[in-house]
Amino acid sequence: MRTSAINAARLVALRDLRLAFRKPSQLVQPLMFFIIVATLFPLTLTPEMSRLRDAAPGVLWIGALLSSLLALEFLFREDAVDGTLEQFALSGQSLTWMLFAKTCTHWLLTGAPLALAAPVAAAALGVPADAMWGVVASLALGSFAMSLVGAIGAGLTLGARRGGVLLSLLTLPLTVPILIFGADATELAISGADFSAPMYLLGAIAVLGVTLAPLAAAAAVRIGLE
Amino acid sequence: MLRVAGLHLWRGDRHVLRGVSFEGTAGQCVLLTGRNGAGKTSLIRVIAGLLDAEEGEVSWRGAPVRRRVHDFHAELAYLGHEPPLKGDLTSRENLRFSVGIRRQVSGEEIDAALSRTGAHGFADRPVRTLSAGQRRRVALAGVLLANAVLWLLDEPTTNLDSDGQQLVAELIGEQLARQGLVVAAVHHALEVAGPVLKLELGTA
Repeated sequence: MRTSAINAARLVALRDLRLAFRKPSQLVQPLMFFIIVATLFPLTLTPEMSRLRDAAPGVLWIGALLSSLLALEFLFREDAVDGTLEQFALSGQSLTWMLFAKTCTHWLLTGAPLALAAPVAAAALGVPADAMWGVVASLALGSFAMSLVGAIGAGLTLGARRGGVLLSLLTLPLTVPILIFGADATELAISGADFSAPMYLLGAIAVLGVTLAPLAAAAAVRIGLE
Repeated sequence: MLRVAGLHLWRGDRHVLRGVSFEGTAGQCVLLTGRNGAGKTSLIRVIAGLLDAEEGEVSWRGAPVRRRVHDFHAELAYLGHEPPLKGDLTSRENLRFSVGIRRQVSGEEIDAALSRTGAHGFADRPVRTLSAGQRRRVALAGVLLANAVLWLLDEPTTNLDSDGQQLVAELIGEQLARQGLVVAAVHHALEVAGPVLKLELGTA
């Protein structure tokens, strides 16, 4: 009996989760990078908490963006090298669904831990405890949107020799709106104001990403397999 | 069943496939031969739909493949140069996931396929600890489990010992007996029991 598209996507996600827990170094690396960047900043800036707090949204979001780019390199590369993506493309299933499952799993393994670890970094930057919910929520939504946008870049750079550099060049401009709204949401949360407006905009970008990014990534992967 | 008509493929300024045409019927094996770079792998990838030819058409069951690509792929098992296996998973896990995305597969079926290809003894070892020949045997079990009508095999005997090469010939023979069709790119002679069409590439 033929597997349904949803079940095929579920199997792809389960396989990626199992692989990630057998080889956790790729997961830990971006997370450690984020923590190190965010905690080193207070050493280079003033120890004055109010000034650190002002810089916190920028530091947190630049750190999240860079560590997200670091993780994106691994999204499709190994599957392309070992022929798994070819098997996906020839499975008779929707490549779009399978790549969407891969992207969601990737976010679950890299973006979600980053958002959950953000309070540690935020505390070092003097962010008050009652703003942590806003920091975590904005980074969770923003990193999901970044994973979706990044999947397109990861697909397009599959065949490139120095894919990492190209991936950054392709993805960075597309993530600027996420960076702006995300940092805005974090800043409002830190100042105790209502941060729902930038969160709605981040949500809109994420919805647009869910709708279009898997389709674009599938098309890019097909080109990359040639 | 499978009709390849007038395929032309360029890779950069190299004209790799020059009007390749053939027809494969149920129960037949098409063996693609030719020197290195003759276009055997390219032809298999074009038939599979991984490469687009500049000219020509591939038809399956009387209809162009591009019109019903998902249906065509559901009837196709492809084995490329590298066995598509994850080193950190066991052979059994690899097959459960790779075959599972195509069809529902039971543990007994996986065991039977691994036994048939002589890979049962290392079914629970991580694939990264297996030799290249052992990996090939696991990948062949994946081809068996796909339950596909059309097999596209690119150098299926690579890294296999003489027993393994004999196994490939037997598996192809069994597929032909099931009225399947096999298209295989080969470097070395492969004695297949059943009707064989030999196509030498790179001679035009």
